[in-house]
Amino acid sequence: MAGAAAPSTDGKTRSNRRVAFIALSMALGMLGLGYASVPLYRIFCQVTGYNGTTRRADEAQAAAVQVTDKTVSIRFDANVERGMPWQFKPLQRTDTVTIGERDMALFWAKNDSDKVITGTASFNVEPEQAARYFNKIQCFCFTEQTLQPGEAVKMPVIYYVDPAFLNDPDNKDVEQITLSYTFHVTSTSDAKTLDHSQTGG
Amino acid sequence: MATTVPEHFQGHADHHGHADHDHKPSFFARWFMSTNHKDIGTMYLIFAIFAGIIGGAFSGMMRIELAEPGIQYLDIFARWFGATNPDFNSTLHVWNVLITAHGLIMVFFMVMPAMIGGFGNWFVPLMIGAPDMAFPRMNNISFWLTVAGFISLLCSAFVPGGTGLGAGTGWTVYAPLSTTGSPGPAVDFGIFALHLAGAGSIMGAINFITTIFNMRAPGMTMHKMPLFVWSVLVTAFLLLLSLPVLAAAITMLLTDRNFGTTFFDPSGGGDPVLYQHLFWFFGHPEVYIMILPGFGIISQIVSTFSKKPVFGYLGMAYAMVAIGVVGFIVWAHHMYATGMSVNTKMYFTAATMVIAVPTGIKIFSWIATMWGGSVEFKSPMVWAIGFIFLFTVGGVTGVVLANGGVDDVLHDTYYVVAHFHYVLSLGAVTALFAGFYYWFPKMSGRMHSEFLAHVHFWIFFIGVNMIFFPMHFLGLQGMPRRYPDYAEAYQHWNHVATIGYMVMATSLVVWLINMLYAFTAGRKAEDSYWGEGATTLEWTLTSPPPFHQFETLPVIEEAAHH
Repeated sequence: MAGAAAPSTDGKTRSNRRVAFIALSMALGMLGLGYASVPLYRIFCQVTGYNGTTRRADEAQAAAVQVTDKTVSIRFDANVERGMPWQFKPLQRTDTVTIGERDMALFWAKNDSDKVITGTASFNVEPEQAARYFNKIQCFCFTEQTLQPGEAVKMPVIYYVDPAFLNDPDNKDVEQITLSYTFHVTSTSDAKTLDHSQTGG
Repeated sequence: MATTVPEHFQGHADHHGHADHDHKPSFFARWFMSTNHKDIGTMYLIFAIFAGIIGGAFSGMMRIELAEPGIQYLDIFARWFGATNPDFNSTLHVWNVLITAHGLIMVFFMVMPAMIGGFGNWFVPLMIGAPDMAFPRMNNISFWLTVAGFISLLCSAFVPGGTGLGAGTGWTVYAPLSTTGSPGPAVDFGIFALHLAGAGSIMGAINFITTIFNMRAPGMTMHKMPLFVWSVLVTAFLLLLSLPVLAAAITMLLTDRNFGTTFFDPSGGGDPVLYQHLFWFFGHPEVYIMILPGFGIISQIVSTFSKKPVFGYLGMAYAMVAIGVVGFIVWAHHMYATGMSVNTKMYFTAATMVIAVPTGIKIFSWIATMWGGSVEFKSPMVWAIGFIFLFTVGGVTGVVLANGGVDDVLHDTYYVVAHFHYVLSLGAVTALFAGFYYWFPKMSGRMHSEFLAHVHFWIFFIGVNMIFFPMHFLGLQGMPRRYPDYAEAYQHWNHVATIGYMVMATSLVVWLINMLYAFTAGRKAEDSYWGEGATTLEWTLTSPPPFHQFETLPVIEEAAHH
């Protein structure tokens, strides 16, 4: 008995290690999936409009859209993150647009500080189920915006509401879509360091 | 349980025992470098009792503050944590620290260590006829990581957490409150505590899975394992698959807080809602992690004191597997209020309600086990029946809350607090006490007083119902969670709940007196002190079992009715 026990104990250890290794791999796999969820979630939001994520369309797609005879009201909302020394507001509060037709909205921003500030705008649509039909062709939120001390700019958004919006039962009671932006500071630099002569004017 | 133990088994253990068979190492080596599953189980239980007293004291502090409207005691508590002349905001912050600490301690440092680390370590190897866990030294690391995590969490109470001392994020640690909303090291200490406890639990899960798959005694097939072992196996898989997701989420929190990443920060393209998805992908399996071993304990007890095998053994085992599997696809029912399409809500409502089916199988199988049995109302059985009743109440309110539409109204009200305390505080904790009275004489070798155990049960049962049943009314009337103050209209039932807390606390004094009695005057426990109904392998051993058991493996014979 004792003689036979030794090799079987070795076999047992090996087998224990194999099970433990498989279990550990599962745990590490789930850890990896946890991180993989970040890009997967982003793609999911872009595809489904989940959490108010709007769509991005190019000129060709916009041109192919059938214009309808129905309208919907769009409300514009503009915010800056806490402590950001910018004024930021829409130049029209609401706009009634024909569904399927492209429209332009203007926003206005002014840098109140004595620093050069670069900002990025995050965006969101309410109600969330309308987001997947809200297509932006051109938007200041696609790129970073840099404002010199005291500089003010007008920024356009060109968008259209997809006619499929009209056929979605989840959106049948939606009379107004709110498009909201929030500017966040990306970087700040002193005005002195940015000398226009260096960039050649 | 369909296991029969050979009559000659006891002889086996004795034949092969050496003269120094029960030789124990010196005190330090035995308790601080322990590799013995029973000693580690004992340490887990003592640790869980210690953590439970602290977490319970925090809930007492919350109940006394809620006894009447207005802020009465938070200022005093702020000074206890070391604040000098706290302003109004940091006084209120103490409330957030209390709810955070209470939640984290009870989940990670009381229920989990007691259920899995304590009873799991003690009885899984005994019940499957194994000499110890598969990786005894890893078992030791698991325990001490949990202790280190607890110390890290306690440290967080004494360092700045933004508004005041301590982490005030809630046990869910939602961003952005936990990132930009809480500067200062307190939340980092809290996250570190979760990392340590999580690592310990994952190692423990690997250990249990290996032990249960590889170290069963000859003849102990998967379908003959006691249901408690099944429950720990399913729990271990839930831990293994869910905790790493929490680890990923809180690591992202940590880098968002300290290293400038923007996983949950919209200014860099992140989304705080993603944190909630990750957290609840862990968090929902976590609630089953806390209750499944309790299901296992209740199955053993109901079978023992009905002197019958559990009704529908295989259905009971696979009901737990089903609960575990479905538990992974219902997480967003915690997030109905984050904004979801009607279709998504419908899916999560339906999937959540499906869980009531395997849970119902368990409840009815316990009742069917008692039906026609020769039921003996010893203390563990009384606690077990209390569990079945209280857990069912919590389960029913769970089905109510599963409805996305109803949850829109009840979300973050005291109705939710009542629901999850009925399944956890009243469910899991009642199961823990049931298991404690069931196995305490086996672990200690001394009988407790059955009279005091019954007294403990009735006072506890009345107390916890007084605390939590009125919370259903408060929630339906719209009282929100997580505030130290409330409108006068809510005073009556809050006052009742606070009295209920005192009743419940009295029952714990009875319990401690009972323990004192057992260790000083308790009768020596026999091997199988609950009699003929106790058929699992731990009852073939002495009480307490020898330091090393099953040096010759027991052989489980084919049961007659198979």
